[in-house]
Amino acid sequence: MSAPLLSVRKLRVEFATRKGPLVALDDVSFDIARGEVLGVVGESGAGKSLTGLAIMGLIDPPGRIVSGEILLDGERIDHLSEDRMRLIRGPRIAMIFQDPLTSLDPLFTVGDQLVETIRAHQPLSAQAARQKAIGLLGEVGIPAPEQRVDSWPHEFSGGMRQRVVIALAMCAEPELIVADEPTTALDVSVQAQIIRLLKRLARERGLSVMLVTHDMGVIAETADRVAVMYAGRVVETGPVREVVHAALHPYAQGLMAAIPTLETRAVRLAQIPGSMPRLAPRTRPYCAFHTRCDKRFEPCSSIAPPVTRMGGREVACWLHEPVPAGAAR
Amino acid sequence: MLAFILRRLGSAAIVLIFVGVLAFILFRYVGDPVNQMVGIDTSIADRDRLRESLGLNDSVIVQALRFLGHAAMFDFGVSYQFKRPVAELLIERMPATLELSLISALLSLVIGIPMGVASALGKDRWYAKLLQAVSLAGISLPTFLIGILFIYLFSVTLRWFPSFGRGDTVKLGTYWTTGLLTSSGLRALILPAMTLALFQMTLIMRLVRSEMLEVLRSDHIRFARARGLPARSINFRHALKNSLVPVITVAGLQLGSVIAFATITETVFQWPGMGLLFLQSVQNVDVPIMAAYLLFVAAMFVAINLVVDILYLAVDPRLKTTSKAH
Repeated sequence: MSAPLLSVRKLRVEFATRKGPLVALDDVSFDIARGEVLGVVGESGAGKSLTGLAIMGLIDPPGRIVSGEILLDGERIDHLSEDRMRLIRGPRIAMIFQDPLTSLDPLFTVGDQLVETIRAHQPLSAQAARQKAIGLLGEVGIPAPEQRVDSWPHEFSGGMRQRVVIALAMCAEPELIVADEPTTALDVSVQAQIIRLLKRLARERGLSVMLVTHDMGVIAETADRVAVMYAGRVVETGPVREVVHAALHPYAQGLMAAIPTLETRAVRLAQIPGSMPRLAPRTRPYCAFHTRCDKRFEPCSSIAPPVTRMGGREVACWLHEPVPAGAAR
Repeated sequence: MLAFILRRLGSAAIVLIFVGVLAFILFRYVGDPVNQMVGIDTSIADRDRLRESLGLNDSVIVQALRFLGHAAMFDFGVSYQFKRPVAELLIERMPATLELSLISALLSLVIGIPMGVASALGKDRWYAKLLQAVSLAGISLPTFLIGILFIYLFSVTLRWFPSFGRGDTVKLGTYWTTGLLTSSGLRALILPAMTLALFQMTLIMRLVRSEMLEVLRSDHIRFARARGLPARSINFRHALKNSLVPVITVAGLQLGSVIAFATITETVFQWPGMGLLFLQSVQNVDVPIMAAYLLFVAAMFVAINLVVDILYLAVDPRLKTTSKAH
């Protein structure tokens, strides 16, 4: 296996509050290979979006990366100055956000915004940049891009705006796109189109995609691999087929069981009882999921489970780990 | 666009008629006009004759319509104390007030907006905190106190600027006198303009600051950062422009109140403008001037609101399509 394009190693993000720090991400590690689509799932507040922002270097105070590293093509990018990070954002990694209605500056035409972004990274004339902008709009499936380039953001529908957002992210030809719930704010028929567009771009341009979502259906049909997050940790990673059909971690199993299917006409959808714990002031000395887990046993409430590698998969759960002697009380 | 302006002009007319009725009530029922005009030794028969000739015995409706009709022709009657037409007096005093107000409005924008931007961008730096503290003083100190402090410091102690009056003026055309073209006029303008501008300046600074902090947190700014746009463009192209939309409203309304309520500053500096005239007319119960001033202020606010609405259209493209759709 070649070196991964992006490698996140033991990333820890804390938020400083008046009552002391709160750990939002703890010991988060995963890789994204070139051309790979990594799905990141988990419920709200699990740290999915924060992980994306950390990669972009866009965590605002009071949040900060406390330890761990983020490597792009083997080079650390987690401690770069704002000026050098600006050269990464756009040409190397781009990010698109959840709500296309608010992602565009309402006071500039989409053409102005595209041209500005293109010229921020490439030495093109205004005319050449405009041609490129029209080309990009066409590529993301905006009809009649020659006319639409002069439209204002509010003149597009939600799905079309998300296409414009994707075009903006593609301006500087990035290698990796962090897509933070790109379809959550759209209606279902449009969701499929946007996902198809992302998949096509990834395939045609050899892009890597980190697809953050809580929609397991989207993950199942889009991603190559999946990382399941819970309470600021990655609890399981692996090829999407294996995780969906045979999840190892009880939380991941619960998530997969909650995917509604047409075949099983369940009266009630499966659900995981309880809710995710709040942010803790330090690393939890136990498994964060143990209060909701029906398979818990002695070590779960006293020692945090380490990450175990099992073939192409990784899981952090005592069910798949020899329990150290003396752990049982 | 034209339909929009016409519609706004229609509602402006309604507002003005309403204020006109108020002005009439003030004109007719505050004190007895006859008593204000004649001496103590005038006989009752003479008073009645005057009352009849002024039309004060007609029905209220007729009097109101007559007042409004005259007001529409800029005829507000004769001032009791100066024995001259009110319109003439107001026009004579208007340039002084307008010059003072426009210069201080300009000062408050030109200084207030950059200060607001600086204190938003350097949120936690020492200079931003200093600006916040100073602005609190600017917003809470009363204007007359600032004026007197300025006079004490710059006129009495340092002797840099005159403490009262408008300096030499130059006549432009028939009606307009300007102090902007003579050095003594300019020197005389500085202290009152600064005094009048200080409150607006701090208000605009605080408004720009809070708007900008809000906009800097918004999704499209985050997306702009994620695209690697330079900080200069993010701060001054995208964030500033988005912050200015509400500033336009406030700045417009503030310009109105600066012109209308320059009274205090004009009094402190004995500035020969409409505000000073108004205060004198209040002291002497010179009702025609008060009524005309009321109408003038209303007309000005209506006009400024119209300009603000048109400016909105120019700045925010979203409004253009909605007004087209209607």
